[in-house]
Amino acid sequence: MYKNFFRYLISAIFLLGFSVNSNADFKVGFVYVGPTGDHGWTFQHHEGRNAVEAAGIKTTFVESVPEGADAERVIRQLAQSGHDLIFTTSFGYMDPTNKVAKDFPNVKFEHATGYKREHSNVSTYSARFYEGRTLLGHIAGKMTKTNTIGYIASFPIPEVIRGINAMTLAAQKVNPNIKTKIVWVFTWYDPGKEAEAAQALIDQGADVIMQHTDSTAPVQTAEKAGVWSFGQASDMQRFAPKSILTSIIDDWAPYYVERAIAARDGTWNQQDTWHGLKEGMVAMGPYNSAMGADLVKEVEQLQKDLASGKVHSFTGPIYDQKGNILVAEGKVADDGMLAGMSVYVKGVEGDIPK
Amino acid sequence: MIKIEKRNDVPMALYFFTPFIAIVLTILGGGIIFYILGFNPIEALKFYFITPISNLYGFSELLLKATPLCLIAIGLSFCFKSNNWNIGAEGQLTFGAIVGGGVALLFYNQEGFYILPLVIIAGAIGGMFFAIIPAILKTYFNTNEILVSLMLVYVSKLLLDYLVVGPWSNPEGFNFPETRQFSDSSRMPLLFEGLRIHAGIFLALGAVMLSWFILYKTYLGFQIKVSGLSLKTAKYAGFKGKTMILVVFMISGACAGLAGVGEITGPIGQLHRMISPDYGFTAIIVAFLGRLNPFGIIFASLVVALTYLGAETAQIFLQIPKYTGQVFQGMILFFLLASDYLLFFKVKILNLKKNELRH
Repeated sequence: MYKNFFRYLISAIFLLGFSVNSNADFKVGFVYVGPTGDHGWTFQHHEGRNAVEAAGIKTTFVESVPEGADAERVIRQLAQSGHDLIFTTSFGYMDPTNKVAKDFPNVKFEHATGYKREHSNVSTYSARFYEGRTLLGHIAGKMTKTNTIGYIASFPIPEVIRGINAMTLAAQKVNPNIKTKIVWVFTWYDPGKEAEAAQALIDQGADVIMQHTDSTAPVQTAEKAGVWSFGQASDMQRFAPKSILTSIIDDWAPYYVERAIAARDGTWNQQDTWHGLKEGMVAMGPYNSAMGADLVKEVEQLQKDLASGKVHSFTGPIYDQKGNILVAEGKVADDGMLAGMSVYVKGVEGDIPK
Repeated sequence: MIKIEKRNDVPMALYFFTPFIAIVLTILGGGIIFYILGFNPIEALKFYFITPISNLYGFSELLLKATPLCLIAIGLSFCFKSNNWNIGAEGQLTFGAIVGGGVALLFYNQEGFYILPLVIIAGAIGGMFFAIIPAILKTYFNTNEILVSLMLVYVSKLLLDYLVVGPWSNPEGFNFPETRQFSDSSRMPLLFEGLRIHAGIFLALGAVMLSWFILYKTYLGFQIKVSGLSLKTAKYAGFKGKTMILVVFMISGACAGLAGVGEITGPIGQLHRMISPDYGFTAIIVAFLGRLNPFGIIFASLVVALTYLGAETAQIFLQIPKYTGQVFQGMILFFLLASDYLLFFKVKILNLKKNELRH
């Protein structure tokens, strides 16, 4: 026993130096910000990883990596231990990803939701979640009786504001009287806070709740209170089967598989990807039959039109809260404007926290 | 029937030896857990405890991780030795980082040799200020310092949240919850090219030396130790308890504040919401594992830092869930407390006879 232990120990120490880089196999690493079982953001990235694995490519993941000083070490360790392509799946990994990429020019890096591509081996990718919000807005505008839509928002970054605006514009189109009430929770994942926010919105008369946070707490609160809700990031239907009208699903799988194969075959190039309903990076969960067959049909048509480009989520005329024109009649907002969106459109209540 | 008796003559050498027993038991316990999970225990333990520090980079990361733990634990040892239960080091760390970070942000577009010292001093004062609140409430209003210091953790974390989302957020940062990057003059100098270990380690080593000197060579240290052994004796000896309580909390807070500043001016380089993965709480384990002894704490901070690194490596190489790191930290504390208990108390299993039962 002892002899074996020391033999293992010594061989381990010797092997380390060699085992690290001699592995000729192509490997993909993933860094997650949450646990794989969060049923939201990280869960979906993990599903994407499973798809890469199913495509016959070896993968590794590290979960719950804090966005502080630890991220750089984890990313570097993945690069050092023979991973050829590394997906870092949270905004807070932006600087560490670029830093490590500089030291590992032969390793490819893919950073989700960021905007820095400081080295030629760093790509960024994100999804046009706002297209899903347009569908939610259409449904919410039709389903609300109180004309009040409650929105649980995380941080006042362009992505979140874009979602609020896209939803409000679509809801106004089918119901000019709707109001959007927002509670900022300043967290991506905190079931307690999210549940409280949902309850506060319901108490203020909202009969449709939606969220830009990752836990299932808001839909469960809505289910209990008997109001409508929408799932976020993954299909949350089973957590609130009566209440959920549909879910916006982040489907990273096709992108991950495509990029992994490209990196393996040597055809990987740096790019900035922003995919939506068309490419399938944004998908919708099953529509609740409580919506009625007509509305389901309408929404399915809108989904097709958004995917084909016939309809754009941000088509003018669009006004800000004060009534100034943001997008002129007949024009659509360009990607630059969408990427930096920092004002509410008319119909949203309150101010963006500063 | 089981009877528990106090042991009379516990050798001091054994008292300092039990942390090693706890570590060995933790490793064995970890091996058993890995085995149950279906991994080869020896391979898993290798990835856990050897792989992370098998090269220079890994070793520097170990020191980087151990630095804040060591600093905070040194500060806590002053409180714990004198029977003051400061549980809020995480809050003092956060507040120190806020004050130090605030100074760094004032100078965000300036260079100068004086900036870093200012930032460091500001951080220490910030931590000190935040620790003195529970100390004053305890000495003058008889509040419970455990509760007050713990609740203040949330106060400082929420304050940090507010600042990085609101007034201090980077004007060019699209409203993301983070401040500007600090200027190079506010950053801890790196000790080696390509490694992240920075000058903050000297703050930790300095704190170790200074605390050894204070605890073992000064009147204050004597007061602290006597108060820890018996409050009544301390009172009888005429020690001014209130001043001492304020002083140990201030030392503890300053150390935690320095740890916070070391993180933001070292590897992080700005303020955001995730500056500490609960170092302030983990340092409590470090302090006790190190037997509240300055040199013991160095050793303990390295061991506990290794459990963080090991958890990452084990997940990368074997896909063992990363939460085993917390299991290991919990096991260390559990085995330490258990061996302490068995050290000071004898457990006797009595063979009861009929006539004894009558009583």
